[in-house]
Amino acid sequence: MELTFTAADELFRQEIAQWLNENLRDEFAEVRHRGGPGDEHRFVDERKAWERRLAEGRWTCIGWPEAWGGRGASIEQQVIYHEEYARAGGPGRMGHIGDTLTGPTLLAFGSEDQKARYLPDIRSGQAFWSQGYSEPGAGSDLAAIRTRADFDDSSRQWKITGQKVWTSLAHESDFVFVLARVDRDSVGHRGLGFFLVALDQPGVTIRPINQLTGTAEFNEVYFDEAVCAADDIVGAPGDGWKVAMGLLGFERGVSTLGQQMLFQTELDEIIRLAKLNGASRDPEIRQRIAEAHIGLRTMRYNSMRTLSGGEDGSLSREAMIYKLYWSSWHRNLGKLAMDVLGPDAELLEEGPYELTKLQSLFLFTRADTIYGGTNQIQRNLIAERALGMPKEPRGQGK
Amino acid sequence: MKFAFTDEQRMLKDTSQSFLAAKSDSMAVRAACRSPQHFDAALWRSVCNDMYWQGVLVPEVHEGLALGWVEMAIIMEAAGERLLTSPLFAVTQSTALLNVCLQSAVRDRCLADIASGHIVSLALTNAVGGWHASGVSVSDLGDGLTLSGEARFVPFGFAASTLLVVAANEDQSTSIWVVQSDAVGVSVKHTPTLDQTRPMSEVRLEAVAVSEAQRLSSDAGPLIEQVVALSRILIVADQVGVAQASLDLSVEYTKERSQFNRSIASFQAIKHKAADMMVKVEAARSLLYFAACIADAWFAQEATDAALQEAAYMASACASDAAFFNAGSGIQMHGGVGITEEYDIQLYFKRARSTESYLGRPPEMREAIACQLLDGGEAWS
Repeated sequence: MELTFTAADELFRQEIAQWLNENLRDEFAEVRHRGGPGDEHRFVDERKAWERRLAEGRWTCIGWPEAWGGRGASIEQQVIYHEEYARAGGPGRMGHIGDTLTGPTLLAFGSEDQKARYLPDIRSGQAFWSQGYSEPGAGSDLAAIRTRADFDDSSRQWKITGQKVWTSLAHESDFVFVLARVDRDSVGHRGLGFFLVALDQPGVTIRPINQLTGTAEFNEVYFDEAVCAADDIVGAPGDGWKVAMGLLGFERGVSTLGQQMLFQTELDEIIRLAKLNGASRDPEIRQRIAEAHIGLRTMRYNSMRTLSGGEDGSLSREAMIYKLYWSSWHRNLGKLAMDVLGPDAELLEEGPYELTKLQSLFLFTRADTIYGGTNQIQRNLIAERALGMPKEPRGQGK
Repeated sequence: MKFAFTDEQRMLKDTSQSFLAAKSDSMAVRAACRSPQHFDAALWRSVCNDMYWQGVLVPEVHEGLALGWVEMAIIMEAAGERLLTSPLFAVTQSTALLNVCLQSAVRDRCLADIASGHIVSLALTNAVGGWHASGVSVSDLGDGLTLSGEARFVPFGFAASTLLVVAANEDQSTSIWVVQSDAVGVSVKHTPTLDQTRPMSEVRLEAVAVSEAQRLSSDAGPLIEQVVALSRILIVADQVGVAQASLDLSVEYTKERSQFNRSIASFQAIKHKAADMMVKVEAARSLLYFAACIADAWFAQEATDAALQEAAYMASACASDAAFFNAGSGIQMHGGVGITEEYDIQLYFKRARSTESYLGRPPEMREAIACQLLDGGEAWS
């Protein structure tokens, strides 16, 4: 059992750190530390340009095989990449979904033709992707999706009709992958297809969702006979659920240590303010700051356990607790920030509704315990998959 | 980076668990608690002869195994899981102390005694005014040095052949002495406690004559700080075991218990509680093995005193909370039978409580962390 990286990995760390130091400056200085959660709608064009700069340095899609322009980076190297990226203040990645979701999905399940058509533009920072899973009636119960995909024999195209929701940055993206029902009579996990759909077409309407923060990062996406080609379905009709869920098994949490670095920056700011305004003398605040510190360190070693785990892709116990743990921790951090500020927590950066960073943290972290599987769903998963407790009988419908 | 058990460590975990499953089951633990000796001496002999756990941290030159803190944590975790009622913690704590003392004849003799199965207990504190404050003092009345005073919460002192006594010198510095428990002026009494699986003693010293040759350390203040941190890590391992067993027992019970025509384990109110328990124990386990690695690094002089302290504070705060939360929630999940004598969850609940306050409660650990973060203490690294 050991906690340190190898000398070869440390050389890799130097390489990425030096590249970031040389490139994340000048015209890109303004995007440092921008575009993270709660700030994703900012500096979009600049961040797209940054993706292309990353691609020039071969720093996009590093986990992909070299044949598709990646580096075939090891788990450790990917962890280091995310750590150094966060340390350097790298902006929220516009290419994140293509790099970590679309790409690996196509590499695992796509045809050679699909890989050739889509992977190069993702890697080079030319094409940006968004994710079309959730629907108004299919949140925690994702298998309840109703968006339909019908194959039109005359035009040899799929026609997609329905509504997706919580689609981050759809209005800034070129493509969306869509989970849709290919068999009208099917229910649940069966009869689904996984489609690759261009957003810039007459059948697609995108509407932003205004959030409690006063900003709008998420969208509703309406499909009204939107089209994609016959061979823009990944896997066979009916395999959609398998394709959509396939990635979860490979998710090893390489970005968690980078995420924790952003958390550390937030906690450091809260500690700075507490010392400044005297909240650091309040015994209750002291306990909570210590608790936050301990929680963040816990996440670090928990992630290191996960990353050191088996290569078989099975989710270990420590991996299964991670979402529930970090989301609850982060939500508590948001409240801690407000309590450290005291009465001043109310004061806006400026009118009419420009939030400070910490106010944005406070409000936006309420979403952390909801998206990507609510805390309640996480608890069900832990209880059923890790502890072997029986599923609750399903409802019989309305 | 490989923050995972080696094959040997995995094997050690398996053999530890299966040994204790056979030798320290519920009946054995209850019998040990009820016995007039407060533990099962035959089981302790078996631990020493068959498993050699008393020698895990003892250097090879004294017939020990000279393994590391990760290995020790693995064993202590298994011990907590099975409520092991034996002097393992007591002798391991003493070994930790002896390993940080400078070499001396008396130190070497104590280590050899431990390796051969003798019980050596640390008389650290009277637990009045903090865990570092000794209740024993050294006097020199002209005709030689004597120790007088009282130590409480001495683990297995009543069964110890040798006591390591922490005492305040006349100039308020701290020294440590090796005292035979049958020496004139020494009286050791078992302390009846709420948790009977970790029996404690009270040690009284009345003008016990000591010689220089019995002195382990003459200025032991900083050393004691580190020994307390190392002891906390051992207790954390026990607590992780308690937290895990409380979860396992409770989940097993809820799967068997049926109400409203279904297993109560299928109700979300139960499942969500169990999930929260698993989060607690896995979080504590991550910090435990981090702290064990830091302890190894500290002995190798690759980690600072402050880093060891911090690791112990963090792990202790987290594991104390986890053990108590899981055992308490476990009683609730058991429903009515949870408060009966018959079911084991109550024994875990009591062990969770006793380990929670031993060597400092979670708020004290967090306050120590807060001092470092907020009061301009020196940075950890």
